[in-house]
Amino acid sequence: MLKFLLARAANWRLKPPRMLPPAIRVSRPPPLLKLWGALIAGGFLLTAQAAGRTTEYRLSNGLKLIVQEDHRAPVAVVQVWYKVGGSYEQDGATGTSHALEHLMFKRTTTLASGEFSKIIAARGGAENAFTTADYTVYFQQWSADNVALSFRLEADRMQHLVLDAEEFKNERKVILEERRMRTDDNPQALAGEALTAAIWQTSPYRQPVIGWAADIENMQLPALRAWYERWYAPNNATVVVVGDVDPQAVLALAEQHFGPLPSRPIAPPMPRPEVPQYGEKRLTLYDEKVREPLLMLAFKTPVMSMVGAAGVDGKPVEAWEIYALEVLAGVLDGGASARFSSQLVRGQELAVAASASYSAAARLEDLFSIDATPRAGTTLKQLERAIEVELGLLKANPPLAQELARVKTQVRAGTVYQQDSMFYQAMLIGTLESVGLAWQLKDEYDAGILAVTPAQVQAVARKYLVRQRASVAWLMPAEKN
Amino acid sequence: MASWRFLVGLAASCGWSASAAMLPPIEQWTTSNGALVVFVAAPEIPMLDVRVVFAAGSARDGEHPGVAELVSALLEEGTRELPADQFHAALEATGAQLGASSLRDMAWLSLRTLSAPAQRTSALGLLAQVLHAPRFVAVDFERQRQRQLSGLRQDLESPGTLARQAFLAALYGEHPYGRPSAGTLASVAALSLAETEAFYAQYYVAHNATIAIVGALSRDEARASAEILSAALAAGVPAPPLPPAPTARKSAPQHVAFDATQSHLLVGQIGIARDDPDYFALLLGNHVLGGNGVVSLLFEEIRERRGLSYGVESHFEPMTLPGPFVASLQTRGEQLDEASALLRAQITAFVEHGPTPAALEDARRNLIGAFPLRIENNSKILENIAAIGFFKLPLDYLGRYVARLEAVTLEEVRAALQRHLKPAAMTVVSVGRATAPKPAAAR
Repeated sequence: MLKFLLARAANWRLKPPRMLPPAIRVSRPPPLLKLWGALIAGGFLLTAQAAGRTTEYRLSNGLKLIVQEDHRAPVAVVQVWYKVGGSYEQDGATGTSHALEHLMFKRTTTLASGEFSKIIAARGGAENAFTTADYTVYFQQWSADNVALSFRLEADRMQHLVLDAEEFKNERKVILEERRMRTDDNPQALAGEALTAAIWQTSPYRQPVIGWAADIENMQLPALRAWYERWYAPNNATVVVVGDVDPQAVLALAEQHFGPLPSRPIAPPMPRPEVPQYGEKRLTLYDEKVREPLLMLAFKTPVMSMVGAAGVDGKPVEAWEIYALEVLAGVLDGGASARFSSQLVRGQELAVAASASYSAAARLEDLFSIDATPRAGTTLKQLERAIEVELGLLKANPPLAQELARVKTQVRAGTVYQQDSMFYQAMLIGTLESVGLAWQLKDEYDAGILAVTPAQVQAVARKYLVRQRASVAWLMPAEKN
Repeated sequence: MASWRFLVGLAASCGWSASAAMLPPIEQWTTSNGALVVFVAAPEIPMLDVRVVFAAGSARDGEHPGVAELVSALLEEGTRELPADQFHAALEATGAQLGASSLRDMAWLSLRTLSAPAQRTSALGLLAQVLHAPRFVAVDFERQRQRQLSGLRQDLESPGTLARQAFLAALYGEHPYGRPSAGTLASVAALSLAETEAFYAQYYVAHNATIAIVGALSRDEARASAEILSAALAAGVPAPPLPPAPTARKSAPQHVAFDATQSHLLVGQIGIARDDPDYFALLLGNHVLGGNGVVSLLFEEIRERRGLSYGVESHFEPMTLPGPFVASLQTRGEQLDEASALLRAQITAFVEHGPTPAALEDARRNLIGAFPLRIENNSKILENIAAIGFFKLPLDYLGRYVARLEAVTLEEVRAALQRHLKPAAMTVVSVGRATAPKPAAAR
């Protein structure tokens, strides 16, 4: 459920493939450590050889290329990251980045509409794209000898896209269907969208990435063209390649395909800082379709890219605060032995599920989010009160040494496990680079987590998980109105 | 997997027929009390994945719909000696991750741990304890029952889930594949602790188990690990054969009115079992129709050309018994008639004429070219070998995968499509707007 609250929630061009029939067990929290959901986890390794060297290059036109070697299998993932997304848009123009992402698969001056995907499919490639508040990403996964073709195709559509009125007319319908499926017909998603819009008064994170329905309906081709011309330039792109490749050879291919593209001046998005919040925001939402109530609770929290900038108390945000917030999420919900599971789901037997997550890798101030489904017989009020008590305990007393040890062990183990996924490795690099951080942070992350003390966890709980930064939504069945 | 690199050049020069040689060796044996083990050594990352799979999915619910799901959920509640808090604290203190899941045919426990001896021994020991003596205690049973009921209530919010349930019920009737895998509100409310214990005792046994292992350990270490897990189980007997799936029958289109902006449409029939000799011909045929992502026929006609749906696809779900073939889309209520007629016409025409030679070759190139992605990492290898073990596929299944795709002819694809798919008799289920879609004109 949390994904609806996170600014980074992605809208995919195509539904990600379903490997198995959908599990019915929707409400059981996944056993994986939630910390990793925050996509800022690290790759430092002591004994493992899978994730090899990471090498960074910058072409003379400003395009950044980052290559990580992984020679376990003869495949590679190529991701092209543009620093543009929902949070770059203005009111009335929401959804522009996402719509453009859809149109990037249409015609270019050299390829007919649909040809892009046919070329990739013919070579066994898997491809897709997604848009978040902070970035738009296009990717292919295939045999490593296809990296050159990825580069040729991506360089072509970086500069030579043809935006066609007829095709947009059709694609607008597709996007509206996408919105209906993801949001309009899903009470939890709709509630998440409403809460997000209530949380942020001036920050662009209030806007849904897919766009408000009216904005999608009113969108015009010239605006999309202007958006493409403004943001799709080599100096606003990061190309990430992970796989069975030689970095020098990849650099040569990048020079060949992306090198000739001219750079363009990129004006940064308008700063739209969030104004201070006075007191708690509350929403009570009713929906006739809802059968199970849902509690959503979010606190505004700083992110890694704000380290050094003035924080809530006027003093600079410090890096340890970010790591301590990550550990805090782990203490509450880092597995089945964490406090939410042991106290709320078991223990007091109040919740069917309860989860906490913290978004550290974002461009702008973001959220520490909690959501919970009450067990039958428990009211949302009782559940909210129990969560408040849990947070209060952490503010009153630092977490136990064994809790911190558990979180740190999980983080270190997770660093090893993540090496199994080339795609995830590429996601880490691209995310960090696209939210104003450096990929090298992935190698410093574990050390940052390991240095967190119990007192620091307590300190960030006291400082950030407070009423003046809180927003709460109750989603309830309409008949109990 | 160390041999991957060396053989890449070979593959490039000889074409994909070399891919058999590129595969990591898969080893298979049976433990002393009867569990099948499938193992691939993957030394590169110091981690270990284990999946213990049982023929214990919801198809085994029998008189107690929902019991398989509930048993699976109870496996995350600790052991007879260690309540959940202590159990998970011990497990998570080593960085290990444990999960339990169930589907229609199978249920499984998955463990991911660091492979260093201390962590591996501890994590495998805890998994063995769960297998040996899971915690069947009233308070835990009630918690998981309540969670399952909550999930069932949430299903009622989802037109997509309702459509799939109605579709399977229409296809399979009272057969176990036709029933909701988590049971119903009434059946789950009626479950007892004793029924979960009895289900566990019957189905979570060594002769009904496949243990899949991928990771940084030697064959001897894998053998010892599998023995530890297997010894935790009663020997038992394999699950009996499921009642045969019904033969295809014509059913009237079904529509469920639901308050949503979109209608969900499913069109299909009972398809094939996992061991069907036409598996590869149908994989290729469906790939052209609706399996090959954004370049399939259905995607082209329904999304790219007309913008009727965001997602549109078709697939076979081969299971122990013949699983469903299903094509699906979601569209704004007013467009349901148009979309439904179009989807059915596309399927009908495709089955009648088959793919063009060019389309078949495109699909073949895609599947063959994508083969390395199917085995690129430990997680995917684990999925594959668990399926090889569970469905009793030949050990050279992956090794011969590309060759079998290469061998299928256009005529075989056409014949297989026509033999298995009967568009005129397909089941049509929609969930959404107030009124049922108009019946399509007969072709």
